[in-house]
Amino acid sequence: MKLVIESVSENESFARTVVAAYITRLDPTLEELADVKTAVSEAVTNSIIHGYLGKSGEIEITCEIDGREVIIEVVDFGVGIPDIERAMEPLYTTKPEWERSGMGFAFMEAFMDVLEVQSEPGKGTRVFMRKEIGKEQDK
Amino acid sequence: MQMEKERVHYEVHQNCLVVYVTDDLDHHAVLQLREYSDRLIEAGNIRHIIFDFTDVGFMDSSGIGLIMGRYKKVMFLGGRAAVTNVGDVVNRIFTLSGLYQIIERYDTVADALQGMKSRREG
Repeated sequence: MKLVIESVSENESFARTVVAAYITRLDPTLEELADVKTAVSEAVTNSIIHGYLGKSGEIEITCEIDGREVIIEVVDFGVGIPDIERAMEPLYTTKPEWERSGMGFAFMEAFMDVLEVQSEPGKGTRVFMRKEIGKEQDK
Repeated sequence: MQMEKERVHYEVHQNCLVVYVTDDLDHHAVLQLREYSDRLIEAGNIRHIIFDFTDVGFMDSSGIGLIMGRYKKVMFLGGRAAVTNVGDVVNRIFTLSGLYQIIERYDTVADALQGMKSRREG
């Protein structure tokens, strides 16, 4: 599944809702669904606020299901992240004046099994996430 | 007091501002909520703030930023902040972010109003 959206805040809820609908075939728990929605919302919001700095641009959301795993990619072609390690530190934000909590990447990391971030200044940012659905039911 | 139809409505009880959030609390919602809440706080006589989550099914880190920002405002006025009717989904976000270290949680708005009244100075 591939979804291309404009970088406007109205599309944040649309993006996470589409991804949530896409993964319902894996019969996720409400908690798993909330985890994935939050992670997608954080990634898309980052692209809008930090990647495109509120300007117009495209965000590509790719979703794949492999067995019981959901693989999600969120890509923007914005300004990129100069220091990814720093950006991923909990509570670190470049936008305190916008009351960003600095928890975006921390939430993606907490709610997904795998999080990888690639970025090149001036080119854009690619967030790659994976999560196995149905792990809890096996226990 | 009805200020915006869908996303939120507000009530003022003495010096407590109650913000009923009635939609997903993401970056988009926060942009509007912040402005309205601050206008009411700055209009005067508000000391404490309560956010009610009865109708919130989703929240991300933008919501944390909103609550922290309003907490800082009332803190400078000697006030406190509380959240009420927090469901499981939102509770996980609050717990993970460490929000409960500075913000009180009550079951209902009535409980929160009572709690703030009982510890109100003067």
